[in-house]
Amino acid sequence: MNWPARRFCRAVFYDGAEPDVLTITNLEKRYKAGDRALKGVSMTLAPGDIVGLIGPSGAGKSTLIRCVNRLVDPTAGSIRLGDIDLTTLDGQALRKARRRIGMIFQEYALVERLTVMENVLSGRLGYVGFWQSWFRRFPEADIQRAFSLLERVGLIDHVDKRADALSGGQRQRVGIARALAQDPELLLIDEPTASLDPKTSRQVMRLILELCTERKLAAIVNIHDVALAQMFLPRIVGLRAGEIVYDGPASGLNAEVLTRIYGEEDWTKTSNSQSDDLDDGSLASPGASGLAAMPVPVAGT
Amino acid sequence: MTATTGPARIWKRPRLVEQTWLRWAIILAVLLYLGLAFGSIDVNWTRVSEGLVRAARLFSGFLQPDFTSRWGDIQQGLIESLTMTVCATVFGLVLALPIGLGAARNIAPLWLYGLCRAIIALARAFQEIIVAILFVAMFGFGTFAGFLTLSVSTIGFLSKLIADDIEEIDPAQVEAIRATGGGFWQVMDYAVASQVMPRFVGLTAYKVDINFRESSVIGIVGAGGIGATLNTALDRYEFDSAAAILLIIIGIVMLCEYASGWIRKAMA
Repeated sequence: MNWPARRFCRAVFYDGAEPDVLTITNLEKRYKAGDRALKGVSMTLAPGDIVGLIGPSGAGKSTLIRCVNRLVDPTAGSIRLGDIDLTTLDGQALRKARRRIGMIFQEYALVERLTVMENVLSGRLGYVGFWQSWFRRFPEADIQRAFSLLERVGLIDHVDKRADALSGGQRQRVGIARALAQDPELLLIDEPTASLDPKTSRQVMRLILELCTERKLAAIVNIHDVALAQMFLPRIVGLRAGEIVYDGPASGLNAEVLTRIYGEEDWTKTSNSQSDDLDDGSLASPGASGLAAMPVPVAGT
Repeated sequence: MTATTGPARIWKRPRLVEQTWLRWAIILAVLLYLGLAFGSIDVNWTRVSEGLVRAARLFSGFLQPDFTSRWGDIQQGLIESLTMTVCATVFGLVLALPIGLGAARNIAPLWLYGLCRAIIALARAFQEIIVAILFVAMFGFGTFAGFLTLSVSTIGFLSKLIADDIEEIDPAQVEAIRATGGGFWQVMDYAVASQVMPRFVGLTAYKVDINFRESSVIGIVGAGGIGATLNTALDRYEFDSAAAILLIIIGIVMLCEYASGWIRKAMA
């Protein structure tokens, strides 16, 4: 799937026929301490768009996706999900909108003491009343759906195990099943692989991508690992200090773009560090090149 | 590596009081005060020897506890104490739950937090015996005063510890359940209750045990129960009956202890 080509086709042939899933316009977030986490971010997701959001720690990636489902309240700007403006919702209307947005977390954020099935069914909480959920009397259709999701993510043998009895990869699969149980139009995925080993990371990313493609889901994936992002995600948005500095195909991530996203002025002097930034997946090299550039000022002090 | 020039450098642990003379002056002053303070305790050795005789009678009573001659009183006192304990724990628990929720800063708005923390502080301000004396003065001798005393102490104990527990839960689980579109009470059920439940059940079991022990203490100031029976027995110098009562209290506290340990293990 080629992102610019899709974009182009949509613009030419389907404009208006296939409305955007998510439209973020001039989004700003200012925390109480006064620091501006987001400084006017705008981006658009069409159905099936899968976006990798990369950027240094503190760039506002987490804040951005948490503004979308209003775990964080934005200061200004608008976020439209289909035809509703998420920024103005509260109470019941906000709950209804949240049902349409699934979220997958870095540390899985499963309810540790509940079973796998209860965790998946918790994805249906927005659809059932309090007493129904209290007595775990979910509608039969929800339960069947949860079973088939658990089958799909390969956890059908662990239905009644407690979440804290599973391995990291298995937990993240429960997290994925919970998000999909909501029957969402959009997935917000916050560092899905940061707590997983490289092999499990790839398996989890592959599963997420397959599921999004199967269901034509749009998704925003916050991700640290640039190599992994390039491997799986067709479109990349680079965020730096609360501003989008790149929005384009993954193939366009060259040394110059990565420097724009991650690079500090004094890092860029060594062309070495630029090529190191390219394969960010290797753990040692960016740090090592950073150190190599440092000795002169250190010796000076 | 050891290319040091000049004399070897000395390191000593930094002291709280750096000046040697001041440090010693403080130590001496504390010792002097302790010596004078102990000296001021007036020990009447004749009364000590009389007390030792009574202690000997008390312990010999323990060797031959008399369960039978006052059994009617003991039974009534026990039933009163157990009733007080169970009712006060349940009643206190029902009130402690909402107060505990309200006193958790990560859940409640500031005004509610302040209110609930104030209630907790008030409930914990006085020792049970003082509360019991107040309630006895208000409502007269008997189990009702005892029930109220233990309820107050249960509210103070449970709501504070529940609130502190809730403040320490993993916020990611709360975020995740909110993100699914769950309502406030669904978040409480799935993300909060599931995390604090084992601690909560353990604390309640522990409080049953504490309440039973307290019920035997507050009886002494007139709040009914086995404490009142014990007090009467001691007043009459019936050390064998008193010994029987103390043994029963020890037995019940031990049972509570084992039961709460078992419950906590089963809930973990």
